[in-house]
Amino acid sequence: MRRTGWLLRLELPSNPEILCVVRSAMMRLTEELGFPAGECRALTRAVDEALANIICHAYGSRPGQPIELSCRRMQARTSGKQRWGLEIVLIDHGVAADRKKLRSRSLNDVRPGGLGLYFIQDSVDVMQYRSQARQNRLRLVKYLPKAKSKPQIAKGK
Amino acid sequence: MQISARRMGKTTILDISGDIDLAHSSEVRRIVLTEFREKRTPRVILNLLEVNYIDSSGVASLVEGLKASRDVGSRLILFGLSPIAHEVLQLSRLLTIFEIYDTEEKALEA
Repeated sequence: MRRTGWLLRLELPSNPEILCVVRSAMMRLTEELGFPAGECRALTRAVDEALANIICHAYGSRPGQPIELSCRRMQARTSGKQRWGLEIVLIDHGVAADRKKLRSRSLNDVRPGGLGLYFIQDSVDVMQYRSQARQNRLRLVKYLPKAKSKPQIAKGK
Repeated sequence: MQISARRMGKTTILDISGDIDLAHSSEVRRIVLTEFREKRTPRVILNLLEVNYIDSSGVASLVEGLKASRDVGSRLILFGLSPIAHEVLQLSRLLTIFEIYDTEEKALEA
């Protein structure tokens, strides 16, 4: 796996009012990287929902708690081919998620709640969660379509 | 986000502008539930023409509103969904459980 330098690093407070700012940044970043419009919206939605989960569940809706969001290009071999993608890492220091609950619910179950995780899983190729030493780390990866395997944004280091 | 209400006979139209996200979905939920549970409004129409984004908490608020409407024998109708709002409801497989129209006129005629 090959990674470039950070494209975007944000230190955010756990305030719901900041989510619209992050959505704007993610939308522009994914557009610049060359993702198709639908995938730009999906990735933006994934990050928005992941942040909402951190705010609500890890921090119990307490504002002002720290969240780190980092994005960088990466290249990895999938299905025997090298592909470029976007790696998104979210770090918080709240209550760790219960691994048993890290499953999206059935969409046949029409009720409020539980949709956010489904939106995240539906939007990315890789979702990894790790909790260690009071640090929770969510890693999301989305690969560019094969035809657009070279990211369009300015080169990182 | 802003919400204003217009009353037309037995119908309340709620004009919503902005994003229905974690920061604002509880306000939408509160106002919609008040219409059904306290005011017993027979028909509530949500004007979503000026709503750019709905997240899962917004979808949950709409579902709660729909359930509350059914509990009291009222109707919740949506119109003017942006492509993003439409996409979120489609992704949630909830498009078919809501009454959705393109325009206010069609929503009022329904």
